[in-house]
Amino acid sequence: MIASNKPEKFTVRIKRQDGKDQPSYWQSFEVPYTANQNIITVLQQVAANPVTTDGKRVTPVAWDCGCLEEVCGACTMVINGKVRQSCSCLVDELFTGATNQTISIEPMSKFPVVRDLFVDRQRMFDNLKKIQGWVPIDSTADLGPGPRETQDEQHDRYAISRCMTCGCCLEACPQFTKDNDFVGAQVIAQALYFNEHPTGAQLKGERLDVLMGPGGVTDCGNAQNCVKVCPKDIPLTEAIAKVGRQATVHVVKQFFTGKK
Amino acid sequence: MASEPRVIVVGGGLAGLAASVRVAEAGVAVDLFSMVPVKRSHSVCAQGGINACTEPVRQEGFSEYDHFDETLYGGDFLNHQPPVYEMTHWAPRIIDLLDRMGVPFDRTSEGFLDRRYFGGSVFRRTHFTGASTGQQLLYGLDEQTRRYETQGKVTKHEFWEFLWPVVDPDGVCRGIVAQDMRTMEVKSFRADAVVMATGGCGLIFGKSTMSVICTGGAASRCYQAGAWLGNPEMIQVHPTAIPGEDKCRLMSESARGEGGRVWLPGIQDENGDWKPHPDAGRHPNEIPEDERYYVLEEMYSTYGPTKRHGNLVSRDVATRGIFFAVQQGFGIGGGKMAYLDITHLPADTKEKLAAILEIYEKFTGDDPRHVPMKIFPAVHYSMGGLYAIYETEQEPKPKFLTDLLPDDAGQQKDPSKPAHPGMVQGSHYNMMTNVKGLYALGEVNFSYHGATRLGANALLSCIFDGLFCGLGIANYAREMAKHDAAADVDAAVFDAVVKQETDKSDRFIATVDAADEGVNPYELHRKLGEIMTEELTVVRTQEGMKRALDIVRGYIADYQNIKLGDQGHWTNQNLSFTRALGDMLIYAEAMLLAGIDRKESRGCHYCSDQDGRNDEKYMKTAVCQYDPATGQHAVKWEDVPIPLIEPRIRDYGGKKKETKVTVKPELATAADPGEDRNNPDPV
Ligand SMILES: Cc1cc2nc3c(=O)[nH]c(=O)nc-3n(C[C@H](O)[C@H](O)[C@H](O)COP(=O)(O)OP(=O)(O)OC[C@H]3O[C@@H](n4cnc5c(N)ncnc54)[C@H](O)[C@@H]3O)c2cc1C
Ligand code: SF4
Ligand code: SF4
Ligand code: FES
Repeated sequence: MIASNKPEKFTVRIKRQDGKDQPSYWQSFEVPYTANQNIITVLQQVAANPVTTDGKRVTPVAWDCGCLEEVCGACTMVINGKVRQSCSCLVDELFTGATNQTISIEPMSKFPVVRDLFVDRQRMFDNLKKIQGWVPIDSTADLGPGPRETQDEQHDRYAISRCMTCGCCLEACPQFTKDNDFVGAQVIAQALYFNEHPTGAQLKGERLDVLMGPGGVTDCGNAQNCVKVCPKDIPLTEAIAKVGRQATVHVVKQFFTGKK
Repeated sequence: MASEPRVIVVGGGLAGLAASVRVAEAGVAVDLFSMVPVKRSHSVCAQGGINACTEPVRQEGFSEYDHFDETLYGGDFLNHQPPVYEMTHWAPRIIDLLDRMGVPFDRTSEGFLDRRYFGGSVFRRTHFTGASTGQQLLYGLDEQTRRYETQGKVTKHEFWEFLWPVVDPDGVCRGIVAQDMRTMEVKSFRADAVVMATGGCGLIFGKSTMSVICTGGAASRCYQAGAWLGNPEMIQVHPTAIPGEDKCRLMSESARGEGGRVWLPGIQDENGDWKPHPDAGRHPNEIPEDERYYVLEEMYSTYGPTKRHGNLVSRDVATRGIFFAVQQGFGIGGGKMAYLDITHLPADTKEKLAAILEIYEKFTGDDPRHVPMKIFPAVHYSMGGLYAIYETEQEPKPKFLTDLLPDDAGQQKDPSKPAHPGMVQGSHYNMMTNVKGLYALGEVNFSYHGATRLGANALLSCIFDGLFCGLGIANYAREMAKHDAAADVDAAVFDAVVKQETDKSDRFIATVDAADEGVNPYELHRKLGEIMTEELTVVRTQEGMKRALDIVRGYIADYQNIKLGDQGHWTNQNLSFTRALGDMLIYAEAMLLAGIDRKESRGCHYCSDQDGRNDEKYMKTAVCQYDPATGQHAVKWEDVPIPLIEPRIRDYGGKKKETKVTVKPELATAADPGEDRNNPDPV
């Protein structure tokens, strides 16, 4: 697929920041158009020749990437206003049907910037700790197979387990901000993933207690932005609804049994 | 003075995480270092699956022994047998464990684990989760590691780069020096054992199927500090990848395991021989069935139960099949591409491959469900790596066991039973490098895969390495902490390495302001990748490898003039990359030297100017040793012991014998190809 109106060169605007808590600023670079170019290639071209459109030699841009095939989640950025992985973002696709052939690249706004396009998403990993995102196995000893699972159950869990902690859903969520404590769609879906496993369900109560607390599932405004931007099509709103129901049942049970 | 034992694990891929979990479970504290959050490690890319002889496979006639045998056969017998024996016999337990951890393996209609075919076996023995198996396995282990992290038993140091091992004057590894990739702080860390689980080195070839951090830099640093390399010349080129500007993206063997076929446009003459088709411009969907040359099925028609199984021969063999056909002019449009076709498969089979089909579609814009994919071989896996030893009761004993281990090592524990064919469980020495206290696990370890790795055996070897050897590592660390703790080692030993690394960084940073033009690291890397891909991949020759060696040595000289573009004292990626480039150059030199010295064809090391496999001379590990004082490498040859399975001719049912084999005279009878059970009737 090659855009019919492909230019010879184009301009890419990059929002930069020299370090943590430093001011941000924009710089523009001119980049040659090449076939099958993705945003990573564009950044590599800038790195190879970091000279701005006003002819100033600047420091190379820092960014995060790993797999280059949209499975590690590292390279998430805001490209032409949309949050997505830069490795799977093809220039042709951005230009097809577009009148403005400029590309703007910014770091995600909901996470602290480390440098330039590189952000710190530790909060997502910390949230996985909070909800005890694991199956509590006895040990690594040979104790026979795990529980049987139907194809449908596997199918539902697999859909969630492809979450690559990329942060798109959080960037797009109006309720998730840099300074509040809302956990966001990603970790709510992960809680469901572990709750749905027979051994994982042992910690269901603890997980729901966390998600019923401050910053939990009730803070979701149901704007559904998250599910629209998730690159792995994770059924986020469905997961949020299910966890909401699990939480209700949990409260009722607690009320009647008096147990935590 | 006795102290609390600590283990450092460098690398949070499957091998590093499995080791962290096992060591922590054994009650020893772990410091886990990784350049990326461990959940983003390269293992996340693995697609197709993980091999094991689980119960249903056994009932189809497979056994752990068969798995063992075909792994050696795939590796052209260069693998170390006791570790492979142990790994293949643990494999079903590892699947059970992963299943218990909640890894969402694909299921059968009754809810048992599903399996698929994979390369190098005629049995359906590969367990999988869709086509993103590595991701799912990595997450499973990541979750267990996080659990130990919350209990304070594992401390993660993410975005920290390992720079150098700290080896004391007695040659014992006491810790590491690492750099915070955000603040650029360089610091030393003490440990009673250090585990390297830093993965492969595909970036030496410029573009590969690997992630951007797979430079081999960490392994090279250990090499320069005195650890040896084993068989660094053994690099796997995978038959099916999408060539790209920034990366070659893999199209997993699972596509062929589920029934995908490789073909090229062709036409048959009156003798039935295939010729390239004169019309190069046709759309694949317009090419009629009788003008599709199914190259691997034609060449390896007798491998496996059906002719289509020819698509599943060992990777080096399949790669050469495609490569030579393209050289003969069969390539799509006359270029360097072949078709990988899954369009004929039923919808539910395509669904199982969704993860890779999505990758193809996202990156090329074509839907592989309807249009055959265009693929070409690409660098994929490093069989070679850090040299590692192990303890076994088997005879003959490997040379290192008598040379490097204490006198009583390898003695039979229970004389009432036959000698255990695998490794001694819990031994301090399993997968220790030649440097005491420094271990190598996962892809960076050279032991398991010989001259070619079979598909879906890497995930297994990484997890097995971590779980099995983890116990011995914890035992060793505990023992050391009691009598000879790292905590008691003189600080000067650590400070010297911190200074060495700080000085190195400062020298690089100083080049930013230097007046002269200097050498651009990215440009030099591109050139290194080109020459290595040209001369040390599918077809090798003495002339070519020597040419490459000269050129790489020229690059090592150029590197002294390297110039950085970034002075930044914060997340200086330019510095990290440039430093790794220097290490890649040295690693590349070792690869070429071993390749030049190995005057035979074996597995992926196919030399068009050599007369087949030569067991008499090269049933040996290439052991590379580096002298930092002179910058000289020495390649020594060490026998691969043959305690269990005699080497025989490797033949995947080809029409023509692909390689000639010169066997040791005493093994002449064992080399009868008629004994090959997978291939009862080779032509
Ligand atoms: C596209 C693809 C598909 C594959 N599919 C399969 C498959 O289906 N089945 C199969 O069996 N195998 C497959 N493989 C092979 C398999 O994925 C790898 O061999 C395996 O994942 C390697 O795991 P590892 O733990 O050794 O290293 P990795 O997963 O590469 O992890 C290396 C770790 O080391 C860290 N590290 C590296 N250098 C440093 C440093 N200097 N300082 C600090 N940390 C460092 C990294 O941050 C990372 O955490 C595939 C490989 C590729 C490329
Ligand atoms: S539904 Fe809306 S508010 Fe809730 S997590 Fe998604 S984006 Fe945020
Ligand atoms: S749920 Fe989707 S968008 Fe959110 S982190 Fe996971 S993969 Fe990314
Ligand atoms: S680099 Fe891994 S998702 Fe883009």
